[in-house]
Amino acid sequence: MSIQNRVIAIISEQALLDPQDVTVDSTLEELGIDSLGLVESIFAIEEAFDVSVPFNANEPSASDFDISTVGSIVAGVTQLIKEQS
Amino acid sequence: MKRVAITGAGTINALGHDVPATLEAMREGRCGIGPLKIRDVERLAIRIGGQVHGFDPETQFNRQQLSLYDRFTQFTLIAARQAIAQSGLEFSGALSARTGVVLGNSGGGMTTLDDNYRSVYEDGKNRVHPFVVPKLMNNAAASHVSMEFNLKGPSFTVSTACASSNHAMAQAFQMIHGGAASVMVTGGSESMLCFGGVKAWEGLRVMSKDACRPFSANRNGMVQGEGAGIFVFEEYEHARARGADILAEVIGYAMSSDASDIVMPSRQGAARTIQGALQDARLNPEDVGYINAHGTGTAANDKTECAAVADVFGVHADNLMMSSTKSMHGHLIGGTGAVELLACIMAVRDGVIAPTIGYQEADPECGLDVVPNEAREADVDVALSNAFAFGGLNAVLALRRAS
Repeated sequence: MSIQNRVIAIISEQALLDPQDVTVDSTLEELGIDSLGLVESIFAIEEAFDVSVPFNANEPSASDFDISTVGSIVAGVTQLIKEQS
Repeated sequence: MKRVAITGAGTINALGHDVPATLEAMREGRCGIGPLKIRDVERLAIRIGGQVHGFDPETQFNRQQLSLYDRFTQFTLIAARQAIAQSGLEFSGALSARTGVVLGNSGGGMTTLDDNYRSVYEDGKNRVHPFVVPKLMNNAAASHVSMEFNLKGPSFTVSTACASSNHAMAQAFQMIHGGAASVMVTGGSESMLCFGGVKAWEGLRVMSKDACRPFSANRNGMVQGEGAGIFVFEEYEHARARGADILAEVIGYAMSSDASDIVMPSRQGAARTIQGALQDARLNPEDVGYINAHGTGTAANDKTECAAVADVFGVHADNLMMSSTKSMHGHLIGGTGAVELLACIMAVRDGVIAPTIGYQEADPECGLDVVPNEAREADVDVALSNAFAFGGLNAVLALRRAS
């Protein structure tokens, strides 16, 4: 499965949605994912890809890891895999 | 209803091993937060904390005691010995039966859990020390205080995360206020600075890697501390009759639940609790000169707390001072309200307001006078101490200068 499909699988599970209803343009807010859901999604991503995501809930925009849309998360994970492998 | 005096105080925390050392550090705006010195720290992403250094338990406790006392119990007993010595009370006969112990604590014996899980899971051992259970139970500290000082009245442990100590002290106040006890030993303690304890907090992604900067625009999370704060609460006339030195008077409290979110704070819940404490203590907003903030240094808490204070105090919010001493001693979780009550006593008794250190950039959402970086002299008659816990459980105490 591609990185994008794996990230979508994680996020759709968190949002209790069908993966087909989650697109790269979706924002977490639109999908109904709150702050706890976000932290759980990031944990699931770290476990799935064996990477460490630099995310602090107090300053979400402080790192390069952009959580604004599903697509930006996929791009962030792709970058982390490249850097941390 | 009975009035309630504080006639003894004790502490051990990252700022000092007793009350005078702690208050001196608060006056000087000293930071007790630094690199953690614990086993496996290299496997942690968060490597700072308000750790108690230079404390050798073997000089304070014998071998038998050490086999029963987790670090949170050790801290509690050290602080309780100081507080009870200061009060000058000795407990026997009727007074013993009318004196209880209500303490706050959140994690129990985390170090004991950590060490023994490591032993059975990592080292593969199939046998643990026989006292693991009595050592790690949350009420161990309260029980050992009752045993060491012969306190036979109502005694238990309150666990409401970051509000545990405030709930405990409110309960102790109520016991004396309502006539169920003459004296209560109260406050709280915590010791979560072990590998498993910090690792669990890391998971929530609310911890700072560099400093606790409450109310500062560039704040980036909380920093854990450890230690204990213990007080002797005494029925006012009982204290007066024996000529005791009264450190401050506890004049009211409020407790409430947000009933909304397991981690996010609520502006309405916080405001309702502060308002409730004012009503219980029969105060007008203008009477309050200082608030020791919950002030965790997280994005969510600090702006919510400032908004709640503005809601309750209206124009007076701009006249009062509100600081977070967590910037210096870290967040002691179940013991934090107890150590922070020391700052309230210092405000009403000594006229010194402890600062919020690490303050670097103004945040328009935290626009109150947070006493940035330097302590201040001020004439304060009434102080409040806020605690708003995970789980939405809130407790606010009100203190007045002894008269």
